[in-house]
Amino acid sequence: MLEIKNLHASIEDKKILNGINLTVKPGEVHAIMGPNGSGKSTLASVLAGREDYEVTEGEVNFIGKDLLDMAAEERAREGLFLAFQYPVEIPGVSNTNFLKTAINEVRKHRGEDPLDAVAFLKLMKEKMKIVNIDQSLMSRSLNEGFSGGEKKRNEIFQMAMLEPKLSILDETDSGLDIDALKIVSNGVNSLKSKDNATIVVTHYQRLLDYIVPDYVHVLYKGRIVKSGTKELALELEEKGYDWIKEEAAV
Amino acid sequence: MNDINLVDLKKGLKEQFDKFQGNINGQGKLAFNEVRKHALQQLEKIQFPTVKDEEWKYTNVQKILKHEFAFDLPSSGKIQEIESYIIPDLDAHRLVFVNGKLSEELSEIGQENGLTVLNIKDAQTQYGELVNEHLSKYAAFEEDAFTALSTAFTAEGAFIKVDKNKIIEKPILIFNFTDSTAANAIAMPRNLVIAEENAQVTVIEDYAAIGDNYGFINSVTEFKVSKNAIVHNYKLQNKSDKNFFIGTTQVHQEGDSHYNNTTITLGGDLVRNNLNILLDGEHCEAFMNGLYLLKDKHHVDNHSMVDHLKPNSYSNELYKGIMDGESKGVFNGKIFVRPDAQKTNAFQENKNILLSDKASIDTKPQLEIWADDVKCSHGATTGALDEEPVFYLRSRGIDEDKAKALLMFAFANDVLERIKSEPFKNHVAKLIGERLKQEI
Ligand SMILES: Nc1ncnc2c1ncn2[C@@H]1O[C@H](COP(=O)(O)OP(=O)(O)OP(=O)(O)O)[C@@H](O)[C@H]1O
Ligand SMILES: [Mg+2]
Repeated sequence: MLEIKNLHASIEDKKILNGINLTVKPGEVHAIMGPNGSGKSTLASVLAGREDYEVTEGEVNFIGKDLLDMAAEERAREGLFLAFQYPVEIPGVSNTNFLKTAINEVRKHRGEDPLDAVAFLKLMKEKMKIVNIDQSLMSRSLNEGFSGGEKKRNEIFQMAMLEPKLSILDETDSGLDIDALKIVSNGVNSLKSKDNATIVVTHYQRLLDYIVPDYVHVLYKGRIVKSGTKELALELEEKGYDWIKEEAAV
Repeated sequence: MNDINLVDLKKGLKEQFDKFQGNINGQGKLAFNEVRKHALQQLEKIQFPTVKDEEWKYTNVQKILKHEFAFDLPSSGKIQEIESYIIPDLDAHRLVFVNGKLSEELSEIGQENGLTVLNIKDAQTQYGELVNEHLSKYAAFEEDAFTALSTAFTAEGAFIKVDKNKIIEKPILIFNFTDSTAANAIAMPRNLVIAEENAQVTVIEDYAAIGDNYGFINSVTEFKVSKNAIVHNYKLQNKSDKNFFIGTTQVHQEGDSHYNNTTITLGGDLVRNNLNILLDGEHCEAFMNGLYLLKDKHHVDNHSMVDHLKPNSYSNELYKGIMDGESKGVFNGKIFVRPDAQKTNAFQENKNILLSDKASIDTKPQLEIWADDVKCSHGATTGALDEEPVFYLRSRGIDEDKAKALLMFAFANDVLERIKSEPFKNHVAKLIGERLKQEI
């Protein structure tokens, strides 16, 4: 589904990603961990198509296509979804109106007819249940004045609506209390299938109790320095990152 | 056509005025004619402003004055084309003027108890005393060349009177057209709106143009908002290139009155909107809302002034603009708080988005406060469209143009939400959608 080969990226001549290699197959869950500033959000942004970053080397293949060749909106329409670490507030654009526009863009791309108001509302009701998000948030401006937790839920709600093939969740667990964490994780798990895949970026083992990864990778200084199974996350929780940094320095 | 007489506004006004005087028949004998003569003399004395004039620093009216215009140019008679510009679904009393002349054919005034809507020319004979009491009493021409020009050539326009305690639900639409099919055309509509004590009314002014030559509207509208009266005033300027507009809205508010102005400008070669409000009573409320969406080489200058004369009044101003191409916006907002006007609340905000490197805005708040116990604030921001929201929307599958249009519409919608007339609001929203080339 996703194949990243030797990916290098920089911003304003500052090198941030230094040769990432990662393969994600349908049905898999990958966790990416790593200290602050190691490049996790940058990797997510580069995959989602943020243009501030310059890819200087490497290639990314997504469902058989050259991902780096596509505009951000094309990537989304092809089924890539990024749940942002810090979802932006957009005053004046209603959550509902935004989602309807987004869904119909994606449907158009797939050659499907646009959803009419009734069908859209029905779908929305159904998906709202998955993340237990409050109806009143729907008529409000997108993320405006939402609490941290509401913003994160709204990201997963959008994911549920758009049904992506590959979801990248960037620290979706931060700012969530334990109940919200369970709800959001359940949401993610219920959307899981053998045809889609998930990459979760997190600092905490806690999330991985709920969203159980098949693989865990450690990113450090823009490179994946260690990969393993879910036990690696437990080890990191216990020992911190110092031993990884030392290993990487050798 | 060789019988069209084009007038140089810098040199030919006297001759045109004499001609005008020869044509106004019985009007010449009315007391107001002395005001006309006085205004012309004053105009000859002060002359049209130049960029050396502080009030016109960023707006060069030479751009208008270098052209010659025909006064009283007959309409080309393209009634259907003109009709197609009239706001749909708006159930309103309607006065339509083409090149300054009332079109009986396009106008439609229903009978309503407590409401008088007339051509001002007829009001001057039917309600002479009342008209004299108010006309040219608020919009001073002594130092304003364009108001002097309007006053000297006052002929037709809307006269609206709402009687004491009457609530008029149906809005009154004043639609002014320049039809420059045959030649450059000038029109000088002169409107007077009187809302008596405790009356309520909505007045919509719409300005548009057809024809390939230059069109120039120089309009003056005076509002008398009496004690406890409520007036909503919407002004839409949807003119294409080759069109000039200078308009002054002069408002005189008495105590406990409410006046709400929204000025929407969607373009023009040179547009100047003057909005002057005198709060001459306690507990007045004045809202000044503006939106300007410019492209190409449009030049739009919004000048507003609110003068708090008495204590305990409130004014709130929000002007927003989006400038593309090589367009230029000007915002100048004056707030005066006189020594007597304690406990004044006055707020002003001007926000701008520049879509191109060649677009610009000159924004200048001007607060002069002589009272000490007041709450006043102002703020101005100018910048490009934020990139973060654009990326967010794109990351959900919405293409860049549509994402930008959604964000710009949201920006503009702040002002639209202050419009209480749904059909008018929908009409403006549709025009903005067309401008943004997106269905919103
Ligand atoms: N727009 C930018 N301009 C300059 N530097 C940037 C920019 N974006 C990221 N960086 C730098 O790149 C490095 C990696 O940042 P990134 O946000 O990818 O880290 P992260 O692993 O997600 O960290 P965290 O765990 O704190 O979220 C940091 O040193 C950061 O300061
Ligand atoms: Mg991060």
